[in-house]
Amino acid sequence: MFDWSEIKKWFSKETSSKDVARDRLKLVLVHDRTCLSSELIEELKNEILIVISKYIEINQEEFDIHLSKNQEGDGNSMVHALVANIPIKSMKRIVHK
Amino acid sequence: MSEVIVITSGKGGVGKTTSTANLGVGLAVQGKKVVLIDTDIGLRNLDVVLGLENRIVYDLVDVVEGNCRTKQALIKDKRFDGLYLLPAAQTKDKMAVNPEQMKKLCAELKKEFDYVIIDCPAGIEQGFKNAIAGADRAIVVTTPEISAVRDADRIIGLLEANDISDPKLIINRIRMDMVKRGDMMNVEDILDILAIGLIGIVPDDEEIIITTNRGEPTVNDPKSKAGQAYRNIVKRILGEQIPIMDLDKPTGIKGFIINLFNKKS
Ligand SMILES: Nc1ncnc2c1ncn2[C@@H]1O[C@H](COP(=O)(O)OP(=O)(O)OP(=O)(O)O)[C@@H](O)[C@H]1O
Ligand SMILES: [Mg+2]
Repeated sequence: MFDWSEIKKWFSKETSSKDVARDRLKLVLVHDRTCLSSELIEELKNEILIVISKYIEINQEEFDIHLSKNQEGDGNSMVHALVANIPIKSMKRIVHK
Repeated sequence: MSEVIVITSGKGGVGKTTSTANLGVGLAVQGKKVVLIDTDIGLRNLDVVLGLENRIVYDLVDVVEGNCRTKQALIKDKRFDGLYLLPAAQTKDKMAVNPEQMKKLCAELKKEFDYVIIDCPAGIEQGFKNAIAGADRAIVVTTPEISAVRDADRIIGLLEANDISDPKLIINRIRMDMVKRGDMMNVEDILDILAIGLIGIVPDDEEIIITTNRGEPTVNDPKSKAGQAYRNIVKRILGEQIPIMDLDKPTGIKGFIINLFNKKS
């Protein structure tokens, strides 16, 4: 059978609106379920910064942490992850005593 | 064994009252003794959806305040043997009822009825807490829209926190034309997100509005798809294994003829 909407989709690069809805919903539910609001993530970020700075000198302006979805190993399903991008300025020399 | 089932949703206007009325009538038609409780104090609607608005004398608040005996407040539906309604109060405050009183009332009604079905108000405040207080299990209603599904997720969390485990989902107002175009989330998308069991899907169907206009629940309408959908849910509540309906298949005489041809081809 011939489905006009399928054919139209082939020619356009646009993602269907229901996929957009599903992906937005998945992300907002991670926040809802974990109660991790943007403010809490900001707090988390600051605490991580303090810990990491004990060992490594990092570029604080470009330090970024956020919730995101990633492809899982099998490539079909998505998993949610806390992703941190931490640019390093220089490694501190840790002197073991 | 009797059961208290709460019909809830979080978001308003997704079809809780419509579902309560149709499932209640459907269960009564199957020979069960059923009482429907409208807990939407101040915004009562189950009475008009059922066509019983002219027969109200006492209401839920009268019962919990002891202004009348519980039996006196129950409206017997003369069309369906075994079906009763306990209407909400329209002019009182929703704080007039508390969860303890609801628990007591549900326990009392359970002795008389096979099913106590509670129509929950929208939201997560006092009305919600009252509605779930005496419930053994829950049916969560959502539509395939982002806001309704999000609120359903919140409600599922709150139900579990209140020890009402394993709630079941009704996805209402599905439009197959939009699903096919990729403009409406499909059943799999929603189940994947909410991760709870499905008890039924109901199409968006103008028969719902037409039958509600007349105060006659759709569940008894043999031609409508929504009616069929609710009859299926009734059977699942009764423990039968019924496959989830194919909303693409036309029903009624037209559907019969089309399906006849489809079978041959
Ligand atoms: N499957 C359907 N197809 C078409 N219309 C529907 C369907 N289900 C519900 N409706 C309509 O949607 C409206 C809201 O339904 P209903 O009152 O049952 O929702 P509700 O969840 O009880 O709302 P509230 O949160 O205000 O109590 C009504 O006008 C009803 O007729
Ligand atoms: Mg309602």
